[in-house]
Amino acid sequence: MLIKLRAPGWYRAALFDVIGFAFAFGLVVLIRTLMHEHPVLDGYAITTVALIAVPLFFLVGLGVADYWFYWAAGKRTRPEDHSAHGARTWRDYFRVNTDHKVIGIQYVVTSFFFLLIGGLLAMLMRAELAQPGMQFVTPEQYNGLFSVHASLLIFLFVIPVFAGLANFVLPLMIGAPDMAFPRLNALSFWLLPIAGLMMLASFLAPGGSFASGWTAYAPLSTSLPLGQTFFTLAVQFAGASSIATALNFLVTIITMRAPGMSFFRMPLLVWANFSTSLLVVIATPFIAASQFFVLLDRALGFQFFNAFVGAGKNGNVIMYQHVFWFYSHPAVYIMMLPGFGIISEVLAVKARKPIFGYRMMAFSLLAIVVLGFTVWAHHMFVSGMAPWIRIPMMVTTAIIAIPTGIKVFSWLATLWRGVLRLDTPMLFALGFLTMFTLGGISGVMLAMIPFDIHVSATYFIVAHIHYVLFGGSLFTIFAGVYYWFPKMTGRMFDDRLGKLHFWLTFIFFNITFGPMHLIGIQGMPRRVADYAQQFATWNLIISLASFGLGLSTLVFLYNMVASWRGGPRAAANPWRALTLEWQVSSPPPIFNFDAVPTVVGGPYEYGVPGAVHGIFKSPAEARPTGTIATSPTPE
Amino acid sequence: MRKHPVVQLLLIGAIGTAIGLPIALAIPWFPAQAATQAHRIDTLYHVLLIVSVPIFVGVLSVVLYSVWKFRMKPGEEGKDGPPIHGNTRLEVVWTAAPAILIVALCTYAYTVLHANEVTKPGERTVNVIGEQFAWYFTYPSSPGKSVVTQQLYLPKGQPVVFKIHSRDVIHEFFVPAFRLQLAAVPGITTTLRATPDRLGVYSVVCNQLCGNGHATMRATVHVLTPAAFQAWLAKQPVQPSPGYSFSSAGGGAPAPAPAPAPSGKAGNGSATAAAGKAIFTGSGGCGACHTLADAGTTGAVGPNLGIRLVPDAKKRGLPLAAFINESITKPNAFIAPGYPAGVMPQTFGQTLTATQIQSLVAYLASVTK
Repeated sequence: MLIKLRAPGWYRAALFDVIGFAFAFGLVVLIRTLMHEHPVLDGYAITTVALIAVPLFFLVGLGVADYWFYWAAGKRTRPEDHSAHGARTWRDYFRVNTDHKVIGIQYVVTSFFFLLIGGLLAMLMRAELAQPGMQFVTPEQYNGLFSVHASLLIFLFVIPVFAGLANFVLPLMIGAPDMAFPRLNALSFWLLPIAGLMMLASFLAPGGSFASGWTAYAPLSTSLPLGQTFFTLAVQFAGASSIATALNFLVTIITMRAPGMSFFRMPLLVWANFSTSLLVVIATPFIAASQFFVLLDRALGFQFFNAFVGAGKNGNVIMYQHVFWFYSHPAVYIMMLPGFGIISEVLAVKARKPIFGYRMMAFSLLAIVVLGFTVWAHHMFVSGMAPWIRIPMMVTTAIIAIPTGIKVFSWLATLWRGVLRLDTPMLFALGFLTMFTLGGISGVMLAMIPFDIHVSATYFIVAHIHYVLFGGSLFTIFAGVYYWFPKMTGRMFDDRLGKLHFWLTFIFFNITFGPMHLIGIQGMPRRVADYAQQFATWNLIISLASFGLGLSTLVFLYNMVASWRGGPRAAANPWRALTLEWQVSSPPPIFNFDAVPTVVGGPYEYGVPGAVHGIFKSPAEARPTGTIATSPTPE
Repeated sequence: MRKHPVVQLLLIGAIGTAIGLPIALAIPWFPAQAATQAHRIDTLYHVLLIVSVPIFVGVLSVVLYSVWKFRMKPGEEGKDGPPIHGNTRLEVVWTAAPAILIVALCTYAYTVLHANEVTKPGERTVNVIGEQFAWYFTYPSSPGKSVVTQQLYLPKGQPVVFKIHSRDVIHEFFVPAFRLQLAAVPGITTTLRATPDRLGVYSVVCNQLCGNGHATMRATVHVLTPAAFQAWLAKQPVQPSPGYSFSSAGGGAPAPAPAPAPSGKAGNGSATAAAGKAIFTGSGGCGACHTLADAGTTGAVGPNLGIRLVPDAKKRGLPLAAFINESITKPNAFIAPGYPAGVMPQTFGQTLTATQIQSLVAYLASVTK
């Protein structure tokens, strides 16, 4: 037992949780005693400090930092002290592991767990909204439901699931044996469940879960009960995870590409994650700042957002929104660009044609990165900010439609005269193309200030965001999960169930979110548990369809679980793809490549007779270029 | 005769647009139009639809046509498409064409915005004050005095400028029939212009999540003929203008400066209760959430005060007056069974003066015995 408590793992993590709580408790009591605060035992303060301390102690207990501690103390480090590469049983996925393929699967499965939770919360909301009046929940609980729904799906699903897919696929695509910083990679993953569980745990807080929406506008968020603190701190953990992963991707992409893989021979998924990582690294500190402001206001009375003039009370309420959206608009692209990458992979392979206008596809990603930082205040057209700011924000917002349009048109041209294999990943890719176009069009409409003034914060916004994030991002995620399922698990999924899943999702998605455009323009506000009688019929239809949408997920789940357990063995390259990840076995060998690949051509040369993307030479032959010398896993 | 695929596609797109566009335009998208601003915004939306439908139909046509014509047929499992890497002329076209379209749309949207927001001669100022979870509308009469109401009344055909304030968190003043909304932001005054042009009763919605009672933070706007409006306004009692912030009672508030509530110097019982009734239905806003038969209010967010105060005071074990005072200043100290905690603002102890609270207590105690 003592050995188990000393060795990295769950027992030690549990012990450290207790120590962490005792630390928080002691610290609060000590400080409050010294400052003559009364009462000394303050549950609010103890919880706040414990929410910071316990997760950090947990991570140390679990063993994510053992190597660094040994190294800092001058002791002999053990590179594989807490983790072997690869996973042999399902239990290995519950341990700290530094293998990018294991971490990728950990990321994806964890994210899908939170997708299901977030989806269930949406079902509860739709149950309440099926009829006017209050039936199942109180207004307070309802505010909590949609706040946690949005926060989980943004911070614990869409953003990390892309990081997870890229974690698995990206090093393979660029011919690297792992990510540049495998231990940092493991730390990034383990921050995630902490953030998610913290958001869920807020339901247990006195006064209920956080209930100010995922936007958490001050000063509402600075005045709500304790549950709000759970959001404020969970975002810090999720954000730290995002930043660490993005740095990891950037360094991996810049330094670990196989010999011969110039930037313009990179698959577009790599380009997409390169662009996304730039966005994450630059933007995420802003949401961290906005939530630190709120935390300091809440916990220590800093009065950043207390607007009423008086001693220390001349805070600026609108500043919160500027800082928040300076992250949260780029975050929309953080949640979309990796999906663009997935679609480019799937469409090229399934249409058997090169991506049309490859360079423009890459440049348009970079254009979106730059423009993405110039449009944040279009979320604030009715916020009361200086009116002139709206005009440049309208123009820049509309301009983003140009690079986005280039991408859509290029994908369409990629389909043209191809040989379309209409299996599940392809269906989701085509579904994405059409639904995302709708979301993009309503986005351009929303850029037009006078129209936006009418539909701001109505169901039109709810419809737009779900066409972009569900019909857009989630469809690309499904496409990606099906597309790389054989590579990740070594098994084939059931294509008939996959198609059933697609059609159920596609149909119920449109019945659920399509009518929201209409009731939004008619004036139904979002974030309300009750609504006027005139919206009753549409809301009932929407609720029924949303239950169908929820049930369609069960088909997906069954397909994934059953196929992973007992699906037919997958060939190394079932899609006849050219990119490097398909040139190794399914699932890939522990260190990815037995021989280092050398890239000799573009990634999408379908239809070019005899074209290859990479060839496999022995490591000795490839080494002179020096790119592989940074390999962190000496053999 | 077999046509070229591009010609076939264009035909499909044209047919799709010809079917889709009338449908999109025929949908009754908008609620009633009750302001000149609404007409321009609805036209803008219809123009956006006319531009959008062909784009969407075009994308859909390419996808469906490709699925129909280019899908893998039996025996083509090993076949690839032609290695087309791009077409510079096409790429220039689909970069330039959207750019031109966007410049045109932005210019048009700007002209609409300008026409909607330009200052008009003879504007009437109405102050809008948001607070958890009620709206107040004040019509300035003389310096420091206003007509204060909880429902908005406007004359038809006269431009009005709303000066919007918040007393606590951010609210949003939204009138769907006007197609206009703007935030009520604590600490600043925001400005919104409308010219009502249709008689009727329309809803005022708070459209920014402001707490547990957000969904109930509603009011109505009555658009009257100018004569009827003047008659209505003349009938309303003129009160000291309410402040826009918590600290206004203590001075240092933005103009118009609040005057202390007039209450009988000698603490005359009936005079205080009458003042309490005015506060209950007017500046205090109690009636927005509470039903009270004597005051004629029908709010349903909180308990019916006419019925519940006496038994609840017994449950709490306090004298009635002390219980009412506590319930105003510390609403969470006792929660009426069946109602959630935290809905009633906990700031009345700051927003109301001590005299105003005494008046309210006197009034409530007098009508619930």
